[in-house]
Amino acid sequence: MMRRPPDSLFPLTVSDLDFSVGGERLLSGLSFELEGKGCTAILGPNGSGKTLLLRLCHGMLAPAAGSIRWGEATPAQALPLQAMVFQLPAMLNRSVRANIDYALRLRRIPRTERQRLVQEAIELCGLTEVAGRNARVLSGGERQKLAIARAWITRPRALLMDEPTSELDPLATREIESMIQRVVSQGVRVILTTHDMNQVRHLADDVLFLEYGRLRAHLPIEDFLNYQGDDTMRDFVAHPTRAGALS
Amino acid sequence: MSDFSEALIASAGLLTGLNPDLLEIIGLSLFVTLTAVCIATVIGIPLGGLLAVKRFPGRPLVVLIIDTFMGLPPVVVGLIVYLWLSRSGPLGVLGLLYTPTAMIIAQCLLVTPIIAALSRQVIADAHGQYDEQLRSLGAARWQRIATLLWETRTSLLVTVLAGFGRANAEVGAVMIVGGNINHVTRVMTTTVAYETSRGNLTQALALGIVLILIAMLLTLLLHQLRRLNMEPG
Repeated sequence: MMRRPPDSLFPLTVSDLDFSVGGERLLSGLSFELEGKGCTAILGPNGSGKTLLLRLCHGMLAPAAGSIRWGEATPAQALPLQAMVFQLPAMLNRSVRANIDYALRLRRIPRTERQRLVQEAIELCGLTEVAGRNARVLSGGERQKLAIARAWITRPRALLMDEPTSELDPLATREIESMIQRVVSQGVRVILTTHDMNQVRHLADDVLFLEYGRLRAHLPIEDFLNYQGDDTMRDFVAHPTRAGALS
Repeated sequence: MSDFSEALIASAGLLTGLNPDLLEIIGLSLFVTLTAVCIATVIGIPLGGLLAVKRFPGRPLVVLIIDTFMGLPPVVVGLIVYLWLSRSGPLGVLGLLYTPTAMIIAQCLLVTPIIAALSRQVIADAHGQYDEQLRSLGAARWQRIATLLWETRTSLLVTVLAGFGRANAEVGAVMIVGGNINHVTRVMTTTVAYETSRGNLTQALALGIVLILIAMLLTLLLHQLRRLNMEPG
């Protein structure tokens, strides 16, 4: 059965969100609202629930309590208009070109149109050299570019990214960050998790800070970077590498 | 050693001379084995797929039974099928004992658990790897199933070939339910056992060579498939 995509995805409203596994509460009482433009960084120590929150917003998991709404729609109803790039994206055992084409074939886009869009995505994401190569033999950076291309080609209005550069060298990281900036400049709402404070400074307009499954703060980037409290959040701002390593 | 050499030369002569008896035995063996493997594949892969992706009450027990049945002793399977199909058995009225059909049934019972158990593991691994990504890309359930089967096609074929290898080498069960009747149910493995017991090593060795050639062909096919699997599609 085809789902009818919602008319508007925004605001993204998360209300009193709880999530538990085996009686253990992993997210508790999260509430926030995101408008339709810019880039939000979700920060927090390991195990604070960042990836879980993204997967819930994407509709891969169902909340134990509370709600997530993209406009008026549930995450599942909004799936045609929001995409996710996983930390370790699964690549189909076929060429880079065929991997991107797969996302369009699922949406029953005619062949000639698909060919044009795939070529466009390959060029935009700098994958021309490896377009005919099997996706499973790509480097980490190339895989992330392909994952972004595959998500972007469906023309989402929101793109969720789970630590998109965690496995990459500085050069590849810069390339991916440029791609994210291009995506944001095209009007796509980006929500990403990261431990990289430089990335936060370059990309984010606001920050959601999670700790122990709770939302500690939702701040504009300037307020976050100027935070003066004496706690974990301050550790992230002042000593990002140490905070990431200790967490 | 000279006996062995002579038998080897004579068996090569039988093979190259396309001995009609030999061809009949090879033909019946392939017919029984291929039919059994096809039926086992049609049952085993969907069953393996179901156990891989669905959670339902009693599933662990079904998995345990199938995994246990992978190592079923062929003579026990032969005995059970014999009891079913013998004149006093529940299916005796069908008159299938000592026919190729009985041999196909026995081989099916031996091969289906192998294909089901191996394909369950293959599909479960792929499901864990791909399911969330495919859902994220908007694939409907049937599209996810089709993609999983396509992505695992080489591994699934390997499970089928493993089943074929087991069926092709099987002797105990088909001997019991087929009876090794000349021109009716005599297949390669039962002939090798029978002719060896009679001291007629020439025909036994010729059929042994054919069995080894089939095993080699399977191995070559597997290697080729593994190579093809890494080429971009």
